[in-house]
Amino acid sequence: MEGWDPNTKSTLTQIPLLATKAGPRDGAAWTQRLKEEYKALIAYTQMNKSNDNDWFRISAANPEGTRWTGKCWYVYNLLKYEFDLQFDIPVTYPSTAPELELPQLDGKTQKMYRGGKICLTVHFKPLWAKNCPRFGIAHALCLGLAPWLAAEVPILVDSGMIKHKDDATTSTES
Amino acid sequence: MEVELKQLNADLQFLSQSLPDPSHHALLCKIQLRVEELGKLAAAAPVRRSKVEDMSAEVVDSNPYSRLMALQRMGIVENYERIRDFSVAIVGIGGVGSVAAEMLTRCGIGRLLLYDYDKVELANMNRLFFRPDQVGLTKTDAAVQTLSDINPDVVLESYTLNITTVTGFETFMSSLTKKSFCPNKEGSGVDLVLSCVDNYEARMAVNQACNELSQTWMESGVSEDAVSGHIQLLIPGETACFACAPPLVVASGVDERTLKREGVCAASLPTTMGVVAGLLVQNTLKLLLGFGQVSPYLVRDGDVFFILLPELLQMGYNSLKDFFPTMQMKPNPQCSNVACLKRQEEYMLAKPARDAAAKAKMEAEVLSTEEVPLHDDNEWNISVVDDVELDGPDTRSSDVLPEGLTHELPSADEFHEATPDAPVADNDDLEDLRRQLEAINSA
Repeated sequence: MEGWDPNTKSTLTQIPLLATKAGPRDGAAWTQRLKEEYKALIAYTQMNKSNDNDWFRISAANPEGTRWTGKCWYVYNLLKYEFDLQFDIPVTYPSTAPELELPQLDGKTQKMYRGGKICLTVHFKPLWAKNCPRFGIAHALCLGLAPWLAAEVPILVDSGMIKHKDDATTSTES
Repeated sequence: MEVELKQLNADLQFLSQSLPDPSHHALLCKIQLRVEELGKLAAAAPVRRSKVEDMSAEVVDSNPYSRLMALQRMGIVENYERIRDFSVAIVGIGGVGSVAAEMLTRCGIGRLLLYDYDKVELANMNRLFFRPDQVGLTKTDAAVQTLSDINPDVVLESYTLNITTVTGFETFMSSLTKKSFCPNKEGSGVDLVLSCVDNYEARMAVNQACNELSQTWMESGVSEDAVSGHIQLLIPGETACFACAPPLVVASGVDERTLKREGVCAASLPTTMGVVAGLLVQNTLKLLLGFGQVSPYLVRDGDVFFILLPELLQMGYNSLKDFFPTMQMKPNPQCSNVACLKRQEEYMLAKPARDAAAKAKMEAEVLSTEEVPLHDDNEWNISVVDDVELDGPDTRSSDVLPEGLTHELPSADEFHEATPDAPVADNDDLEDLRRQLEAINSA
């Protein structure tokens, strides 16, 4: 965890760790894992709200809890940029991390695999592997997606690749 | 086509004879000439060769298998035609998988199962196999198009799906177990699975499926900087599975910072991809057809007799130094994969039978070779000593790596499950938790 900012570190320590090593094909153990995922997500979302650092919404898109959809946003130069967020829980979860997708940014940045899967190889995958099975969805968002947004959104905005939704509408009006 | 053009010509002939006005004859002649021209063009168009019933060793230009059957005459392969009984599944039809599929197709493999969910893009054209006119097709469809033209004898099955998702994985598993092609064979429905995917998640999914099915498979990969690669043979229970140890990567031996370009996720070269695909398929052929150096400690019975090169277990390739580090890995008794542990247990239980078979084979060999002294006198008591270690194969534990290999990911920290307060929280209701999250989300 060297090289991580103290803010992320202290947030991370407050997200509850998970205990059950189970994937979507593991029946009752997966239900138990899913409960732990929810608890960690609830705690993390609450913590973000109380710290005035709310930055995502995520909920299960199917009853089995294998597909998740939501939104995430990042504030840059006092403007809020919001993106759709989606991912599947892989069959080999939690040995492998979920591949977080921002489909609207597909093709707009090189730090991304096809289909809008953000590149997590260097900054996140080793951490996930080291902390299996204690890390869950909440940890993936905190250590995978948040730093990716912080690094990529400013570049995307400055290079003109993405526009703020207000700018986009004013430019079409004028 | 030819018949229709002939018909058209006959009709024109009839028309020109029955026309009362001769002023149109010139035009009709012109049309007839054009039809003849079309006929020539149609005759020159590529024709698909018909299927071949039996592989023949006859040396004629028209025999697609003469050079392969020559392997028997050269004493390399005992029975080449056996290749038609084998099914190989290729997961990932990218730079390595597509080339491996073409090689196996040209070798006349019995059946190929192809898995991919991507489409062909212009960005793939730096690699082999796919053509620019196939852009937009799914990789599986494009591959079937090309491969069935090259060799119509091969049975091709294509699956356009992502094996890491729950539904994709189920289809993957059931397709591997379907035994319609060779119903009498033991084991699953395929003889070998080749993993040619480009990410850790998909490799772990292949590993999971093969551990559960006790299916022998080979893993392959090319590094993101395109200058090194690896192949690895995995026999569940017998060798380390993909989850037994963190994945290995070939250390490039060159300062990594000079290779990793800011902002580019993956580079690729047709050369490295071709080398890795070549190594992979060469070892596939050795494994299936049973040729290559005989190794005493990796003999497997069943309906196929596997004789493997010891080096075959894990081979790296570093193109910057033309270096091939090799190693073997024993399975990890503390592997996190439950199916792997089950296979390890089965392998241990089968040990006495395996030892007896090996002993019987050795005795048979001793009997067949007559013991005659090479030299009549040995005045100086000179003897030849084998320089191979006597205490069996040089199998290393997975944490001692030979020069040139490093771990790609760290292994999980020690995790004590016996924390007493963890399982107590079981009485929460899932639906209740879901509603709680929704409430916070909408607040």
